[in-house]
Amino acid sequence: MSAPLSRFRLRLVLPALLLAFSICGQARAADPIRIGELNSYKAQPAFLDPYKKGMELAVDEINAAGGVNGRQLELITRDDGGNPGDAIRVAEELVTREKVDVLAGTFLSHIGLAVAGYADKRKVFFLAAEPLTDKITWSDGNRYTFRLRASTYMQVAMLMPEAVAAQKKRWALVYPNYEYGQSAVDTFKKLLKAAQPDVEFVAEQATPLGKLDAGPVVQAIADAKPDAVFNVLFAADLAKFVREAQTRGALEGVFVASLLSGEPEYLDPLKGEAPVGWVVTGYPWYAIDTPEHKAFLDAYRAKYNDYPRLGSVVGYTTIKSLAAGFAKAGGTDTEKLVEAFKGLEVAGPFGPFQYRASDHQATMGAFVGRLGVKDGGGVMLDPKYVDGLSVLPSDAEVKALRPAAD
Amino acid sequence: MSLDGLLFQALNGLAGASALFLVAAGLSIIFGVSRIVNLAHGSFYMLGIYLAGTLAGGFGGAFGFWAGVIGAVLVVAALGALTEIALLRRIYAAPELYQLLATFALALIVNDAVLYLWGPEDILGPRAPGLEGAIDLLGRRLPTYDIFLALVGPAVLIGLHLLLARSRFGRLIRAATEDREMAAALGVNEKVLFTAVFALGAGLAALGGALQMAREPASLSLDLAVLGDAFVIVVVGGLGSIPGAYVAAVLVAEVKALCIALGTVSVGGFEVNLSKLTLVAEFLVMAIVLIVRPNGLFGRPQPPARVAGRGEPPLRPMGRNGGIVALGVVAALALLPLAEGAFPYAPVLAVDMLVAVIFATSLHFIMGPGGMHSFGHAAYFGLGAYGAAYAATQLGAPTFAALAAGIVAAGLGALVFGWFAVRLSGVYLAMLTLAFAQIVWSIAYQWEAVTGGSNGLFGVWPDAPLDTRAGLYLAALGGALVVVLLLRRVLFAPFGYALRASRDSPLRAEAVGIATGRVQWLGFALAGALCGLAGGLFAFAKGSISPEAISVGRSIDGLVMVLLGGVESLLGPIVGAGAFTLLQDSVMRETDYWRALLGALILAIVLIFPGGLMGGAARLWALATRRAAR
Repeated sequence: MSAPLSRFRLRLVLPALLLAFSICGQARAADPIRIGELNSYKAQPAFLDPYKKGMELAVDEINAAGGVNGRQLELITRDDGGNPGDAIRVAEELVTREKVDVLAGTFLSHIGLAVAGYADKRKVFFLAAEPLTDKITWSDGNRYTFRLRASTYMQVAMLMPEAVAAQKKRWALVYPNYEYGQSAVDTFKKLLKAAQPDVEFVAEQATPLGKLDAGPVVQAIADAKPDAVFNVLFAADLAKFVREAQTRGALEGVFVASLLSGEPEYLDPLKGEAPVGWVVTGYPWYAIDTPEHKAFLDAYRAKYNDYPRLGSVVGYTTIKSLAAGFAKAGGTDTEKLVEAFKGLEVAGPFGPFQYRASDHQATMGAFVGRLGVKDGGGVMLDPKYVDGLSVLPSDAEVKALRPAAD
Repeated sequence: MSLDGLLFQALNGLAGASALFLVAAGLSIIFGVSRIVNLAHGSFYMLGIYLAGTLAGGFGGAFGFWAGVIGAVLVVAALGALTEIALLRRIYAAPELYQLLATFALALIVNDAVLYLWGPEDILGPRAPGLEGAIDLLGRRLPTYDIFLALVGPAVLIGLHLLLARSRFGRLIRAATEDREMAAALGVNEKVLFTAVFALGAGLAALGGALQMAREPASLSLDLAVLGDAFVIVVVGGLGSIPGAYVAAVLVAEVKALCIALGTVSVGGFEVNLSKLTLVAEFLVMAIVLIVRPNGLFGRPQPPARVAGRGEPPLRPMGRNGGIVALGVVAALALLPLAEGAFPYAPVLAVDMLVAVIFATSLHFIMGPGGMHSFGHAAYFGLGAYGAAYAATQLGAPTFAALAAGIVAAGLGALVFGWFAVRLSGVYLAMLTLAFAQIVWSIAYQWEAVTGGSNGLFGVWPDAPLDTRAGLYLAALGGALVVVLLLRRVLFAPFGYALRASRDSPLRAEAVGIATGRVQWLGFALAGALCGLAGGLFAFAKGSISPEAISVGRSIDGLVMVLLGGVESLLGPIVGAGAFTLLQDSVMRETDYWRALLGALILAIVLIFPGGLMGGAARLWALATRRAAR
């Protein structure tokens, strides 16, 4: 400290001072790599509770094996308050007071985008774990932001082969009325029209997120007499929609393609009422036979006595990705880390994948399958892993989508 | 869309209407008698659906579902009674709206308690035995449970009507609704009456929730989702009018069903997807109804309270010593950036606190001295933020010009909305401001081209010299000082006296030649414009702006800050805003259950200082000086 503190100011800041000292003390003792993680734990507990467990599992595994470059990993998690305003303050706190080496996390798209903007401004490395919005890697992409999970575009593109193969002419669309739903439906329409020019979209229901009026919406879709439905609803809205559709027999004989509905977070609450025959993207943890996944599944079950959700995989892989990045960069220097992440190869529970240099998107894929009911619970039947790379636009196409970033 | 289809959708709407009505009826009864704005009402609903699901599973069998519903209603009604006895009864003497603060804290605690007890995953309850199927009607299939629900609403309506019109209990409730003091003077045991009413209201909310168990999963976001709807229904129907609430529920549900049924229509060559309108349908209905009928559809003008509490003491200027202390504090704050090396987070947190100070001070101006309880102050925060962000990113305006643009945008918004709002008073005014805020929110949420839709606008960073943490902090400090001093100056100017006169006695104020309507309107517009500065600073501090800046949550935060600090003191909003921001920032780090902790802390403050922090300080000061004088 350069200038001596006056007594007055000292009193003003004493509590903060004590805290700062205690943190500095810790930092010097072990000198671990500090990962600052922020997420909407309170707003999205169903997804983020398992996510946090996944992260902690990965940190334990890495530290038990001696850490990265001889340094232990230290995870500092924060609630982002579920809104961008608080999230930026929390990010600032992690960077300025906790002196973290990288930022990671976020779930909701607008928070992810806000933190990405902050990372660009303050030149901090940011690994966006969850947010699905295409903008974070494309139109609003920046040098310091990478994203792990398969984006909205990728999830939709994974369903396309089945949607096209179904050979249906009259499609109805139902989606939550915000950017995720809107962009999923836009992508779906564009891709389907390209593959099947005579397709007709006979109904489009944009429902308020979390406040679906299931009866009228299901009826309106049934009245349009579609022979196929594309659904983007999830969580409580999905459960309402499914139950109402079954009671009304509204979707009998109708082909349904549905985003994310095979993820345990959204499928398990439906129990025996899971809509049989829907084609979905998701995570069938019970039906993946690869050794990588088996090792992850066993470790997770041993530690938590519970099965993993998709969130667990995302949290686990987030930490594994960062560790791989630190190892390749030989440290935590931000600029070196950015370069290291370009084309970084990571081995996750779904097998090896990479972070593309062109748009900073990870190529970790997802599973596509048909829903069925087994032992009173919903499952994905014959799930197939779709590699993220196979559904992403080429590097050249991405250049046009990503104007501002390198 | 065929006529059959529309008719069928109207039937669907009736089921939805019953669901809305059940929640709203309880709120209406509680408000009618006790004048408590019960923010925990949605929590009772949520507890109802969780408890019913668990109990139904526990009892099992065909009987289990109905036993679960009844059990949930009884348990929640008992909880309601307990809340009234243990919590609310202690603060009836506090200034109006402090019960709001207590119920807000309670809602936070209940949400975390539910998370703790039932876990984070959504829980889909059982279907109602015997009512799982559907009947064929108009060539479509109508679920029998929907028919059942559509009948439950009117049945409860008739039951409540009989209870209120025919029973002694009902007569007492009506008497207390009409004139609390007179009822008490005639020997009615108010305490028992209030407890019973609160239990009844909570039980009705739980019934609404429990009956939804067959239609939707229990989830942790239900409390807030339902709360807004319930307020809308109560206000549209007219406060205290149970039949009004039913009519309002039908109106809102049918408007929504119609929007959904019509789907995409083309108007003059444009494709309009009416289903998107369901995002704000209820608030549009409320705004229109309140503009046309200021007391709701079936409401009567509220009887003037015989004794308006003890009346608020007049404001006093600070005096010389106070001024010196304030000057010292400001000087110390101006030096804060010097400590940035040691406490790099301090300026960051301080900017958020200063933004909150501007927000809360401008709200306090219309709420306290203005007497207009705005539940939608976030509208002007949001207009300021979006105005500044749009000017900076799309028009390339320099930072100060962008901030000015934000102030202008917020001021214009407040001028327009204020013109309608000042025609109303009390809770109707509060709800109209809320409706306007929701309408602004929905526009920001939907207008992709200008506002960036649900994601918002990004890259809103200030230029030099404000682009450092210290620079922005000093700008925010300057802005907050200007706002606080300006509003204080206005309050001690003739305009401020006129504003307070209009609040304290509109009739006498008119009689001495004060145009009360115009004074309130201008006061509203001034507060809105200055709030725009808070929004602008917020956008630059975060580098982005999204529709959450206009959400109900932010409006409620503002109310909480003002009430926490003390509504009867000019320092109140400043202390409240600082304390709330600091508290939230620190509890968020402390525990996974930070909402409950925040709620408990607020509850403690409310119980210890029923007049807010400054109210408590004033009482302590009075006590100390009296001791010293002896």
